[in-house]
Amino acid sequence: MSETASRYRDPAGETAFWRVILTLIAVAFLGIVVVLPLVTVFYEAFRKGSDAFFEAFQEPDAIAAIRLTLTVAAIAVPLNLVFGVAAAWAVAKFEFRGKTFLVTLIDLPFSISPVISGLVYVLLFGAQSYLGPILKSQGIQIIFALPGMVLATIFVTFPFIARELIPLMEEQGTGDEEAALSLGASGWQTFWYVTLPNVKWGLLYGVLLCNARAMGEFGAVSVVSGHVRGLTETMPLHIEILYNEYNFAAAFAVATLLALLALVTLALKTILELRYGDEIAAGRKH
Amino acid sequence: MKNWRQPSVLPGFGLTLGYTLLYLTLIILVPLAALVWRSTGIGWGPFWALAFDQRTLLALRVSFGAALIAAAINVIFGVVVAWVLVRYQFPGRRLLDAIIDLPFALPTAVAGISLAALYAPKGWVGQIFAPLGIKIAFTPLGIVIALIFVGLPFVVRTVQPVMAELDRELEEAAATLGANRLQTLSMVVLPTLVPAILTGFALAFARAVGEYGSVIFIAGNVPYVSEIAPLLIVIRLEEFNYAGATSIACIMLIISFVMLLVINMLQMWSRRRYSNV
Repeated sequence: MSETASRYRDPAGETAFWRVILTLIAVAFLGIVVVLPLVTVFYEAFRKGSDAFFEAFQEPDAIAAIRLTLTVAAIAVPLNLVFGVAAAWAVAKFEFRGKTFLVTLIDLPFSISPVISGLVYVLLFGAQSYLGPILKSQGIQIIFALPGMVLATIFVTFPFIARELIPLMEEQGTGDEEAALSLGASGWQTFWYVTLPNVKWGLLYGVLLCNARAMGEFGAVSVVSGHVRGLTETMPLHIEILYNEYNFAAAFAVATLLALLALVTLALKTILELRYGDEIAAGRKH
Repeated sequence: MKNWRQPSVLPGFGLTLGYTLLYLTLIILVPLAALVWRSTGIGWGPFWALAFDQRTLLALRVSFGAALIAAAINVIFGVVVAWVLVRYQFPGRRLLDAIIDLPFALPTAVAGISLAALYAPKGWVGQIFAPLGIKIAFTPLGIVIALIFVGLPFVVRTVQPVMAELDRELEEAAATLGANRLQTLSMVVLPTLVPAILTGFALAFARAVGEYGSVIFIAGNVPYVSEIAPLLIVIRLEEFNYAGATSIACIMLIISFVMLLVINMLQMWSRRRYSNV
């Protein structure tokens, strides 16, 4: 602020006029593109009054959808957490040939359409696949059931935690661990008391993003779900059904829960960045 | 064969790498291989017939065309937004900075129904354009709107850190040598940002091409007009036309791999070129 207030004009800066214009463009763009859709969710949810809003959550299908969303995330996120830590340890703490290729493979799900992420499991386990009839004779159902939805969610959120940890652990190097080992700590102790505390905020950051995506995933889960009401519907799928039935108030009511999840995720993320920015790794990429 | 990795005193290499490879293979590689394998089962002739079916081609064109336009718009405004956030101080800047990531965090289905409500002829934005005869929702224009929402954070978050690292002395030097501000920005600042801008563009584009949830509600999904490729995959699956779904998925995958390669090359190029900055 003081810069603009002083009469001295910074030769390596824009004039006050252009500052205002550019700031207004940025604010207007973000307002229209990002803020307006968010406001719309809450506005539409309460447009028919708060009774209609709360009614949406009385429905057994809605409650089943919330429960299923939590279940899927509760399985998918810890599995990707274990993988993320293991992958980061192998990639960041050791030098080996083919490392870049491995990191590219870990990133792969980011560049695959969610619909394709679901499709691959349908092709692998569906009724028309080679495995399908075998699984069916054993009484195991993967597609159009919980296992398929969990698998699709794991696929889509696969890179999140690993991607957060790898650059962070690379930056920290191996000095701390070597010191711990030379002082007699075991491998597990070293990991548990030295490495993990060093990366805990970055880890939490990755888990937050992974969880937000896991609970909100739509395309991949939609393909493998089969859309059985009250059984294989997560919250995003439930929103779609309600919306297609022109039950907008209920659709937006359920959507507010997911929007709140997004806002809480953003708030926690921002707090982590402000307080522990150095410990979350620079050069972060989504 | 022993020297494929450098020796280290740290334990757990075999265990963690083994687990990483196992998990990666089971979750990602085997299912992807199933897709490729199934597509080879179709045979070349039928595969090409399915891939170059009129409806498929148009769906691919809608997906890639809308993604391209949305990414281009995001580059223009994303660079302005990043610049304002990095260089200017104003009340609410922190909040604005935090809200950039909303499209990452907001589930796509929520964004989808919200955008559809907003841009429908009776929605807040739609009713401004309706009297002008411009329909946004349920047309290809709506697809572009949804993809702008989805891609915005990719551009801003890629360009922002590079802008923050810019050496202001270069700009001061340009100014002392007689360049006006526009010249400094276009000839000194912009060239250093080019790799980051290209990377952001590619990331936003790659994400937009495969996007499904936020698009289908606003797109109208008219075959040959506003039908995106991922939706056509879903339609083919619902028709139990697995060969059709597989062939579209294969084409999209191939293009995604090329995109990934381009992104990696861009990053390597920019690192090599600007590592001294």
